[in-house]
Amino acid sequence: MSLSVEIAHRFPGLTLELGFDAPEGVTALIGRSGAGKTTVANVVAGLMRPDRARVRLGDVTLADTTAGLWLSPQVRRIGYVFQEARLFPHLSVRQNLLYGARRRSRLAEAEGELPGVTELLGIGGLLTRRPGALSGGERQRVAIGRALLSGPRMLLLDEPLAALDPARKAEILPFLERLRDHAGLPILYVSHAMEEVARLATTVVALDAGRVVAQGPASAVLSDPAAVPALDPGAAGAVIEAVVEAQDSDGLTRVAAAGGTLYLPQIAAEPGARLRLRIEAQDVMISRDRPEGLSALNLIAARIISIHPGHGPGALVRLKAGEAVILSRITQRSVAALGLAEGQGVHAVIKSLAMASDNVGTARVMAGQGDGR
Amino acid sequence: MWVPLSPAEWEVLTLSLRVGLMAVALTLPIALFAAYALARWSFPGKALVNGIVHLPLVLPPVVTGYLLLITFGPQAPLGRVLEAVGLPIAFRWTGAAVAAGVMALPLMVRAIRLSLEAVDPRLEQAAATLGASRAAVFVTVTLPMALPGVIAGTILGFAKALGEFGATITFVSNIPGETRTLPLAIYSFLQIPGGEGAAARLVIFAVVLSMGALLVSEWIAARAARRVAGA
Repeated sequence: MSLSVEIAHRFPGLTLELGFDAPEGVTALIGRSGAGKTTVANVVAGLMRPDRARVRLGDVTLADTTAGLWLSPQVRRIGYVFQEARLFPHLSVRQNLLYGARRRSRLAEAEGELPGVTELLGIGGLLTRRPGALSGGERQRVAIGRALLSGPRMLLLDEPLAALDPARKAEILPFLERLRDHAGLPILYVSHAMEEVARLATTVVALDAGRVVAQGPASAVLSDPAAVPALDPGAAGAVIEAVVEAQDSDGLTRVAAAGGTLYLPQIAAEPGARLRLRIEAQDVMISRDRPEGLSALNLIAARIISIHPGHGPGALVRLKAGEAVILSRITQRSVAALGLAEGQGVHAVIKSLAMASDNVGTARVMAGQGDGR
Repeated sequence: MWVPLSPAEWEVLTLSLRVGLMAVALTLPIALFAAYALARWSFPGKALVNGIVHLPLVLPPVVTGYLLLITFGPQAPLGRVLEAVGLPIAFRWTGAAVAAGVMALPLMVRAIRLSLEAVDPRLEQAAATLGASRAAVFVTVTLPMALPGVIAGTILGFAKALGEFGATITFVSNIPGETRTLPLAIYSFLQIPGGEGAAARLVIFAVVLSMGALLVSEWIAARAARRVAGA
């Protein structure tokens, strides 16, 4: 089941005119604040009616304003997780979780799903508590569970981690990954945090000033300079896939990436495990010749696909290493000094690598939600 | 003077409570609707509706009573309709309840409106995305969240109904056992030479009753507020 969205709306100071398709998996809607991300989420959920909109989920048309069709939020069956959990303070956690099921007369079903969902989210011990007594991370997990148990046809998460500190974010991200792999629902994930997007997204739609500037598979969009305006400056980076080869005795983990062998600070994964690595553009240097006597371990041969001068002194260079696309942010002066040009063979020196995900194993289990896994 | 209540005093007290409770019961649904409409909707003539709701607060009570009389009196068309369906209110205790309810309406609407406006509309949106109809959102989210204010407004309205004098005496007169509520009884005793003692006893009842209502409302509202705070 996929979601297709077309929206046009004129705000004072911002004209929204966009369309995109979100296939199965996690589609991340990225962009700076004010780009129109939350508006898109609210239109999809039916909370905001724009000048024009066409929203289809699978074979159901949720909105088609030219045909005068506008389904109310209550019948759209979109599980919306808001930035601030929006739990009902006068109800217990259990009552919150089952609220949607009661309204949609699927209480018995939801009570059957409850143990699986509470286990998935690690909230089994909170059922009798009230939202006021929960931490921010717990609240957000309950909010996700509440959306899951309402019998949704898709999930909509609007910056669900933005209000949390890094420790709480790290606490929730693994749950979101499990959700992606087990819930079997399309997920639209609104965010401007690149770490989250790199870890979770299978598809990325980049918005800037009310328009889609890039959309497609995550690895392609995140290394697409056209998407860079949608990101925070300095947050540009590529996501590549790699396989663990060995744990070396000096504490480094050797992985095989598309472009060559890379060494990471030790990570807990068996040889053969698949990883998603995020390489920030500012951590990638370019050398015209193979450098000698360099402390950096990660050196891969690459070819320049394109060079995109920025507004400032920087330039973004797109490199192809094997099948992978890597971004490098260097100065325009360096581009000129090295005489870099499209098609040229160079070496990319990667100062550090960040793990985007410990998504071990390749099989993405598509199962009914709440089946206990 | 502390002797058990006389049958006449019991009659006054129970009648007053009956009138007060009926007044609140009649007015609460109207007050809730009006408060919700004023808090959440924008519609043409909103200022006018707001004005009409508040009219009993600013009009002399006698004028309110007179307007009720010419609307619901035995000669008025609406009064005849009520009489025909077996619900005559003119010069009945039910009429006293209507008069007291009308006088209590603005106070109840004000308190309830404030508490409804304090309910976060984003919670109502969340409820809607979870499948709640508008009515379900109101019953399961808005009303429980606004409950402390609704209770406070209701008790305030009840106290106002207990003390209502001007509109009541104008609309349904001062009939012992039918429309002679506590304030009317106190007034009546004060008109009789030597009635001060009896009036004083009723005054004590009035103070105890009002104070009791206030304390109960504070207690219920505090409990409800704790519930809504969600701790």
